[in-house]
Amino acid sequence: MRSVHSIVCVKPVPDPEHWEELRLDPDSGTLSRQGIPIVLDPLGKHALEQALRVREARGGQVTAISMAPPQTQEVLNEALAMGADSAVLLSDPIFAGADTLATAYTLSLGIKKLGDYDLILCGSRSLDGSTGQVGPQLAELLDIPHLSRATHMELGTDGLLRVRAKIENGYQVIETNLPALVTVEKEINTPRLKSLMGIVAARGKKAQVWDSEALRADRERVGICGSPTWVSEVSLVAIERRGEMITDPSEEGVKTLVETLCALGALPSAAHEEPCEPETS
Amino acid sequence: MNTRNEREVWIFAEQRDGRLLDVGLELLGEGRKLATELHGQLTTVLLGHRVQELGKELLAYGADKVYIVDKPALEKWRCEAYTLALGKLVEERSPEILLLGATAVGADLSARLAARLKTGLSADCVGLEIGDEGQLLQQIPAFGGGVIATIVCPDRRPQMATVRPGVMEKPPRSQGHGSVEVVDMTLPQEKIRTEVIEVCEAEVEPTDLPGADIVVAGGWGIGSSEGWKLVQRLAATLDGAVGATRPALDEGWASEEQMIGQSGVTVRPTLYIGIGISGVMHHVVGIQDADVIVAINNDPNAPIFQVCDVGIVGDYKEVVPLLINQLKKRLNREEEAGF
Repeated sequence: MRSVHSIVCVKPVPDPEHWEELRLDPDSGTLSRQGIPIVLDPLGKHALEQALRVREARGGQVTAISMAPPQTQEVLNEALAMGADSAVLLSDPIFAGADTLATAYTLSLGIKKLGDYDLILCGSRSLDGSTGQVGPQLAELLDIPHLSRATHMELGTDGLLRVRAKIENGYQVIETNLPALVTVEKEINTPRLKSLMGIVAARGKKAQVWDSEALRADRERVGICGSPTWVSEVSLVAIERRGEMITDPSEEGVKTLVETLCALGALPSAAHEEPCEPETS
Repeated sequence: MNTRNEREVWIFAEQRDGRLLDVGLELLGEGRKLATELHGQLTTVLLGHRVQELGKELLAYGADKVYIVDKPALEKWRCEAYTLALGKLVEERSPEILLLGATAVGADLSARLAARLKTGLSADCVGLEIGDEGQLLQQIPAFGGGVIATIVCPDRRPQMATVRPGVMEKPPRSQGHGSVEVVDMTLPQEKIRTEVIEVCEAEVEPTDLPGADIVVAGGWGIGSSEGWKLVQRLAATLDGAVGATRPALDEGWASEEQMIGQSGVTVRPTLYIGIGISGVMHHVVGIQDADVIVAINNDPNAPIFQVCDVGIVGDYKEVVPLLINQLKKRLNREEEAGF
């Protein structure tokens, strides 16, 4: 029985607990993320958990990989603390501004540089970008099959991979042979918490950092240069609404609300047929 | 470069078990507008096995041309098989634009195909337009701040985009004027490395949410499944449907079909009431066609108050029971009077 080398793609994202603090910089049109903690993307954690379970069942190793700015290295330490054997951060100023295709290309170079692998795991979509494109695009660039939206996964000793894949109103059960890429849904497992032992063990490990030179990257295919899509304009959405505010949440305030809705004709017809004037006693 | 009259707008029409999905027809409506602006043709691609009779249906929804690839290898949805077939057609015939529905199938297929063609792809667009230089302007809500980002793909073709079901409107059915071409091609078995063992699709239970006249939605601010019952009670009082934001879905209070927003359902009710919803753009794009938007939130600075008709600042646990009471009085009195 062969052991399995799993590679898990993880993504540092702004902590969703702090999303309310994200503000648009009106001058640059970019989001200000200053002071917002960076965490491991939630579905990436499920992908990592799945890889750790494969290692427990079959032996082998787990490598976490990410393309991100250097200051996100601590997020990879979290992956190490959860139990990954090693971690690689693909980081270079020229990787900035990458769309999903340039990201998938960069990740594919990192994975090729890692050498032999059997299984690649990713979250089915990230919390922030949420396109779900990088997984399938990475599989295409590596020329391996991919199975999307797994809610259940079994790996036979013969290298046959069986996945239950979520589709609208149901699922498909699909099989393929390793090497393959799987994107996971949250139903697939419950990620373990990092243990004290894991945190201590992770201190001895450190994420390797590979830049464009280490990857021998084609500069025309990474970052903003390598991205076929561009953001041409960011505009504030002009939504014209009445914007009436009621600051009194008591019986009186609610009455004002109901009467306003009545006047706007927004309530079911039974309510409309009632006279909408305030009741007089 | 394509010359003007060669510009084609392609729509991928998804079928499951020989039935066309509405999202493909909705895209035909949108594709017609784009094709007219480009002075180009509207073409539909249909993949499957024993699906040729659906060609006429696609013509009736406005396609100038329908390409059908009808092969046993395409009988069940498999990403590699579909990518192979659609990729070959695109490479041979060079469309300017390729639109797909953002379903489980369309999202997966579009991503793998865009990587094969080394072209750009934008997911879950809420608006599509043709720019001054004939490029496709793809509008996507940018996370967090009430902004729409316009994405372009200046140099590569086709320009690819996906759109969620229900975002565009289905065009009326007509006589149809176009032609159907069954395209023969070989799909080498060794390039399709996955096997479908089982498919389980429940009879589609259409949720009443997309067509609901009144929608009551709850978000992260509800805080507990106990609190969620108030959202449901208010909806029941108004005979409306219950909607949710992604955090509410993640908390397990609501099901996936109830999620409103860019990656969920678009609603067009007479009245929308959002409770404990902060109002991030991902959600707001799904409610902007509502006639009247009401927001209930205890944070006076919540962005939802910027996009509502009437907002009430307060603890929903106090406001919603009062509201239910007053509405009940109003509705019941009328019922009693009527009988």
